[in-house]
Amino acid sequence: MKMLINVPETVVADALRGMAAAHPELAVDVENRVIVRKDAPVAGKVGLVSGGGSGHEPLHGGFVGPGMLSAACPGEVFTSPVPDQMVRAAAAVDSGAGVLFIVKNYTGDVLNFDMAAELAEDEGIQVAKVLVNDDVAVTDSLYTAGRRGTGATLFVEKIAGAAADEGQPLERVEAVARQVNENSRSFGVALSACTTPAKGSPTFDLPDGELELGIGIHGEPGRERRPMMTSGEIAEAALDAILDDLSPRSPVLVLVNGMGATPLLELYGFNAEVQRVLGERGVPVARVLVGNYVTSLDMAGASVTLCQVDEELLRLWDAPVRTAGLRWGM
Amino acid sequence: MLDADFFRRWMTVTAASVDREAERLTALDSPIGDADHGSNLQRGFRAVRDALDKEPPATPGAVLVQAGRLLISTVGGASGPLYGTLLRRTGKALGDAAEVDEGQLAQALRAGVDAVRQLGGAAPGDKTMIDALVPAVDALGDSFAAARDAASEGAVATTPLRARKGRASYLGERSIGHQDPGATSAALLIAALVDAEAGGE
Repeated sequence: MKMLINVPETVVADALRGMAAAHPELAVDVENRVIVRKDAPVAGKVGLVSGGGSGHEPLHGGFVGPGMLSAACPGEVFTSPVPDQMVRAAAAVDSGAGVLFIVKNYTGDVLNFDMAAELAEDEGIQVAKVLVNDDVAVTDSLYTAGRRGTGATLFVEKIAGAAADEGQPLERVEAVARQVNENSRSFGVALSACTTPAKGSPTFDLPDGELELGIGIHGEPGRERRPMMTSGEIAEAALDAILDDLSPRSPVLVLVNGMGATPLLELYGFNAEVQRVLGERGVPVARVLVGNYVTSLDMAGASVTLCQVDEELLRLWDAPVRTAGLRWGM
Repeated sequence: MLDADFFRRWMTVTAASVDREAERLTALDSPIGDADHGSNLQRGFRAVRDALDKEPPATPGAVLVQAGRLLISTVGGASGPLYGTLLRRTGKALGDAAEVDEGQLAQALRAGVDAVRQLGGAAPGDKTMIDALVPAVDALGDSFAAARDAASEGAVATTPLRARKGRASYLGERSIGHQDPGATSAALLIAALVDAEAGGE
């Protein structure tokens, strides 16, 4: 597989150097792998820190900025960052109002953020944690590591980020983040596997004419393989899985998210089908976001995330945001 | 008796072995994981080897505590905290003795494995590193070679199991038929005891 890289060992550092050059409004510490808002810590404001393996860009580094994250910690490709990065990020953004860790539910992320929270508290930083676990493809949570964190991470980071920017206290920002996660469900499909730089070949074998339903965002295969389906059939399968688990009583935010290698032309076409199915099922839609936000390297495919919102969550969603990956209203 | 240099050699031999087997570990991690186990451990154990070469700590316990801390700081993923905790807690259990015997090592390693089980929540049969480590610790009282064989057999025996922890667990039934990469790397760590005993680097 051809890749636009120098050597696999330096892909993350190379990307960080490029990000630093493109975004002077961010403080990018390439050596220690921490991306921080340059104006941090903002007096009286709760710090929002997230992180995870690289390969999901623009998540998380692309969501650092006013109205969203205070800092992000990129790990190696598909590998959780280490506690040292998170402690450094927490120290850089803590104004004394405390720090919220936004953690996607994967064993590695959970273990490293847990260790980091302990170390940060030793340094006198007040830390709260919220776990994102929105992926309905994982049904058997008793015999697995539990539901994975996927598309809802964007909703949590945006809405909690708005709450933090308004100066809401840590327990309030944490409660908002938790509420967004509880109100969100996702389901993803892959049309091709992805290729990690370290391996150089696809992580699993997905033949022409087949697709994988219920994939995660780390190139791990999903739950079920089927003969290729149309965009409309995929939208029905994804929303069936989501609406089995979530019965929205109020309007929803919709994220139609590309996995990295699916053109926007196809994503918008897919969104048309998603909106058709939501209409048929009587689910009112408040806002729609279409694009590549929580990706899986060069995987082809898409995920759908719904988040049920009340007026307050919708107000926070609409609040201004200015990051590399998401910006409106400022 | 085993001195600090034995424990430094144990880590050095493990680093060489992980270097040699990195591609195989990553290949095992592809069908049921995310294809990075080899490169992640390689990064961690290289850091351990370099640090121990530069300034080796004076006691067996200190060697392992330092190695564990370095793994936590460099590996990431689940492997970093799990392997880091294994070595750090084994090292702590060895205390500050200048030399320890094989029985003390077996006892300390059991404490380390217990800490890993507590941190990751895995039990034997869940298709994890525990499936190599538990039989290895049980056999360590006999000889390092017996422990190596037990760990290796434990790793191979993960093939027909269904994963219940970590990323492979998302596959459900489809995790069956693949050898667990974490159990495989754990067997490398145990096998390195034999070479370290023979004086290898």
